Amino acid sequence: MVDVAVERNSAAPAPKIRKRASLRTALKRKSTAAFLMTLPLILLISLLVIYPAFYSLHLATLNKSMQRFVGLGNFQFLFTRETFWLVVEQSCIFAITAVVFKALIGFVVAHFVHNIPAKGQRKWRGMLLVPWVIPPAMSTLAWLWLFDPSYSAFNYLLAGVGVDRIPWTGETGWARFSVILVNIWVGAPFFMIMYLASLKSVPDQLYEAAAIDGANWWQRIWYVTLPMMRNIIAITTLFSLIVTFANFDIVRILTAGGPLDRTHIFATWAFRIGIEGGDIPLGASVSLFMIPILAIAAVFILRDINKRGNEA
Amino acid sequence: MSRKKLSRRQFVAATAMSSAALITAPYIRGAHAAGKLNIGFWDHWVPGANKASTELVNEWAAKEKVEVSIDYIPSQGNKNLLTIAAEAQAKSGHDILAMPTWWPHAQAELLEPMNDVVEALIKQNGDVNGTVKYLGKSGDKWLAVPACIGSQIKGPCSRIDLMKQHANIDVQAMYPAGQAPKADAWTTDAFLKAAEACHKGGVPFGIGLGETSDSVDTVGAFFLAFGAEVVDAKGNVVVKNDNVRQVLEFYKKLMAFLPSDAPAWDDGSNNRWLVSGKGALIMNPPSAWAVAKRDAPQIAEQCWTHGFPIGPKGRFAPFLPYFWSVWNFGKNKPAAKSLLTHLSQPAAVEKLVAASGGYDLPAFEKLTTLKTWAEESPPKGTLYHYPNPHNHQKLSISAAGAPPKIAQQIYTQATLTKMCVRYYRGEAMEKTLAWAQGELEGFMRS
Repeated sequence: MVDVAVERNSAAPAPKIRKRASLRTALKRKSTAAFLMTLPLILLISLLVIYPAFYSLHLATLNKSMQRFVGLGNFQFLFTRETFWLVVEQSCIFAITAVVFKALIGFVVAHFVHNIPAKGQRKWRGMLLVPWVIPPAMSTLAWLWLFDPSYSAFNYLLAGVGVDRIPWTGETGWARFSVILVNIWVGAPFFMIMYLASLKSVPDQLYEAAAIDGANWWQRIWYVTLPMMRNIIAITTLFSLIVTFANFDIVRILTAGGPLDRTHIFATWAFRIGIEGGDIPLGASVSLFMIPILAIAAVFILRDINKRGNEA
Repeated sequence: MSRKKLSRRQFVAATAMSSAALITAPYIRGAHAAGKLNIGFWDHWVPGANKASTELVNEWAAKEKVEVSIDYIPSQGNKNLLTIAAEAQAKSGHDILAMPTWWPHAQAELLEPMNDVVEALIKQNGDVNGTVKYLGKSGDKWLAVPACIGSQIKGPCSRIDLMKQHANIDVQAMYPAGQAPKADAWTTDAFLKAAEACHKGGVPFGIGLGETSDSVDTVGAFFLAFGAEVVDAKGNVVVKNDNVRQVLEFYKKLMAFLPSDAPAWDDGSNNRWLVSGKGALIMNPPSAWAVAKRDAPQIAEQCWTHGFPIGPKGRFAPFLPYFWSVWNFGKNKPAAKSLLTHLSQPAAVEKLVAASGGYDLPAFEKLTTLKTWAEESPPKGTLYHYPNPHNHQKLSISAAGAPPKIAQQIYTQATLTKMCVRYYRGEAMEKTLAWAQGELEGFMRS
């Protein structure tokens, strides 16, 4: 199908008429219409995403007082800091652990929900989405009260059964566990709903054929379900990895990076240095350090999707 | 219909009159003849305190014919710090902006000198303490005007009954209302013994060891009391010294008597500790007492705000001043200066202090004996010693002594608190000092 109707054998029109006609044809083109319709969004993204991104790149090349260009000096400085490498390590632990558990829990729960009779399924879907729907800043505040150092509701219950108090946010290990747990709680429903949609699109005939071939439960998952869900799993994982690496609110509200910086991730440490510490260029450099890590992950994951698309 | 003809003479006269009217119109003193003024004040936590500042501003605005608008910016979630950073980047914003502690120095290059205002106020209201000069002045330039609103001392707030019962200390006798302190025996050793006794009695001192300002301020005052300097005034890292070792030993002993979850405490934890009746002492401005007055009056009746214990190198209390600053790109600097002078007059200060229930502290020495502190109750006189009326202790801030831009990093990163926690948790002294040295060297960026 062609987008533009070409008029043949017409005499050469006057230049003004030709100009008006070409404008009309351009406007009639699907691509032009599509561009015009997306223009507000493009402008919005340019204003709120692209401009700040380039501005933070510019900030990251300045000295602390923002009066001198230092090139990659801020990054060189960061690489010499012990705390920076601690933050890199923690961000990776935080993001990878949380994404793996969110994916696992989402996968299992999606299967459970998928197997619930259609009549009651909607209620379960709605209830299970609640943690994802509530703004994280609000739900994390509720978790903060559950983990409160002195008045933790969990510890109150534990004390009831004779178990010692747990320093949820006071000890390194428990503090890391707590922030990861809350992140999983908030993010798992997203995986669940994506996987559920994907499960519903797997044709029943494939399972029937597998059953005729004598495939057991595990083989049906491994040879039918997972290959059919691969692209959704890859895209969901990539999306969640980006969002989890860039997380701020959960850590900020629960531990603010403590104790002893052992729960800081890139965004919270960047905020501590840039806004609270008044060193905006260094804070910008910390936050930009995420980009290459995520870009590499995106390349690997998306390349795999393209490959499978071609195979199909 | 007849048409009136305009003569040449009439035309000239009309032109001259309208020109004169157009030229003189801007100079007619209208309701807002002196322009506009946008103000960003700190959003006070005490109900009604903002109203007092609004009234003072409106009173001045009516007199000076200035159109004013006030934004009350909360410090919760660091919204005030975000506003400062955003306005500094945009080179646009409020004509007057409240800045806490370190921020005038952090934005020194963008602030209008305030020497004319502050020097006149000092002449009128008495000198300001060393911490205000350290934080508000760069060389000979006053970066901002010391503000009454939000300035505070984070001294001990003790439970009269529990300190008597468990530590055998009468805090009211030590710091009698209306009189000079009799606190020679209130030393860091006595403090440690009291902490131990209260811990044994099941009402431990509620001192945080987290990374927020209450924890940092307390540890900073003890570092100063032991003369433990980590960076000297020239910016040299001097953390490996005996005074630092001594204060780390002291804190290790003290931490054994504090709640085990103190490293996870934030600025609200100590308040809750006092109000819930779980502890015998916290380090805080009277905000915790004020909350107790509302929510647990039987506890508020037993609270007494007083001075810090004396250490080998003196008696120091954390003082956190707020400042009112004017950007050098501000649009109405003369009006801003005039308003700041008005807000620092003794009558205005008295009104602000009363509205805050005694929480706000003016920086000027002649204004530390207002009747609010003497009269606040229960019990009567509980806040008498809060503004340090007898200069009994040196007002200071954690990491003071180091150049302000380095000290700000030490403060924000809670380096001193982290040193104490690391050492307490079993790290070798020299390893803790080596870690601190590395951190401090990283703060030397310019």
